[in-house]
Amino acid sequence: MKPFSRIGFLLLVSLVFTGCGYNSLQMKEEQVFKAWADVEATLQRRADLIPNLVATVQGYAAHEKETLEAVINARAKATSVQLSPEDLSSQAAMQQLATAQGGLTSALSKLMLVVERYPDLKANQNFLDLQNQLEGTENRINVARQRYNGAVEDFNGSIRRFPQSLTNSLLLKLDRKEYYKADEGAQAAPQVNFG
Amino acid sequence: MSCLRRGLSFFCIFFSLTLFLAVQVSALEVPRLQGRVNDYADLLSPATEASLESVLKSLESSDSTQIVVLTITSLQGDSLEEFSLGVVEDWKIGQQGLDNGVLLLVARDDRKIRIEVGYGLEGKLTDMTAGRIISNVMGPRFKQGDFNQGIIDGIGAIVMTVRGEFTAPAEAKPNGSGREDPGGLLTSMIFIFFIFGSLLRKSKVAAAAVGGIATPLLAFLLFGITGLALLALIPIGMFGGLMAAALAGTAGGAVSRGGQAGGYGGGFGRSSGGFGGGFGGGGGGFGGGGASGGW
Repeated sequence: MKPFSRIGFLLLVSLVFTGCGYNSLQMKEEQVFKAWADVEATLQRRADLIPNLVATVQGYAAHEKETLEAVINARAKATSVQLSPEDLSSQAAMQQLATAQGGLTSALSKLMLVVERYPDLKANQNFLDLQNQLEGTENRINVARQRYNGAVEDFNGSIRRFPQSLTNSLLLKLDRKEYYKADEGAQAAPQVNFG
Repeated sequence: MSCLRRGLSFFCIFFSLTLFLAVQVSALEVPRLQGRVNDYADLLSPATEASLESVLKSLESSDSTQIVVLTITSLQGDSLEEFSLGVVEDWKIGQQGLDNGVLLLVARDDRKIRIEVGYGLEGKLTDMTAGRIISNVMGPRFKQGDFNQGIIDGIGAIVMTVRGEFTAPAEAKPNGSGREDPGGLLTSMIFIFFIFGSLLRKSKVAAAAVGGIATPLLAFLLFGITGLALLALIPIGMFGGLMAAALAGTAGGAVSRGGQAGGYGGGFGRSSGGFGGGFGGGGGGFGGGGASGGW
């Protein structure tokens, strides 16, 4: 009987650990990291589209220099801000990224407004393709951001809920994660529908 | 009198429930998945529906790729992209793991079209291709008011693009993911309760306590049951523990069964909803890929 009860004790201990969220908290943190990786991938995808877009617009609307340069600068700024997994807990870092990306979003939507004045450009298949890709990417960013925020909500809720809160404060010491809020600039994004 | 009161309270409950539901679904509700062609806006003739259905069915049987058509009358102010994603997240078109689903959505009164593309097909059916299909293939037909030909051509173009990207497994895979085999869980639970057997034989109080604690704990850990259901499991587990102790008194080997019945009984409370026959989504994932357009 002795070895049996010892195995039972070990099993009980491991079960209690699982119940206190020792494993699930870490899994939820991984999910936050994974969701963030998706956000970054979609942001990168947008940044990659921009040189091509600028080149195409330039061919038709060369004297819209100011708007085009604003896009290029905003892109450079946005790609310079990268967050490491630890930065996800830092409000300042997240705010910096949101501002940079929001700046790019608003520069792009200004460009798209300017483009309305060039019917030749709007009829160009190459431009239409780029426009589709840009819209698709903006939509992906939205989806990835919502899913990231969902993962953060789940994780932040878990580390505050008893008994996981105890496990976290005693053993794991994981920090709460920041939400990726849409910046004010991003409110003017083309896909936002006020209707 | 009591009948009247009961009727009144029933009405009150019903009313508040409707109110609650009305608040819940203030956003546009996701329609029910009826088949591969869901023509809620009545844009298609029966002949078109039948031919689309057969084209899409043959594609799924050869490629496992699932394409679904949905037409609605109006978005009622909702965003096209959000509604479309809500639909595919609910319907889970495409096979699990392959994520090879596509939704063609037409909102009649808004004059909007969206092609929503699953992760697995984003490489073939890119945003660019999807956008071209909307503006070059479907748009012109829709402008003429020819929804039948527009959707047939659109689906034709989508099928041509995605064909060959995936191959269906040799034997037909049943739709929908079944529950994981609970055999492993069962074995481990029997094992645990066998160990507790030594405890249970000594004291009935200890047995009841162990049952009362272990049953909700196991229900939570193994079946993910939370909330009030766990509280309800405590007396069940205590009873199970007592039963087990009583059984243990008479026959040592039977210990495991009594307690285990309490633990497993809770597990059945969560039944996974299957698909009611016919066509169903296979569990594919979407990430917002695709294109929107209008006519």
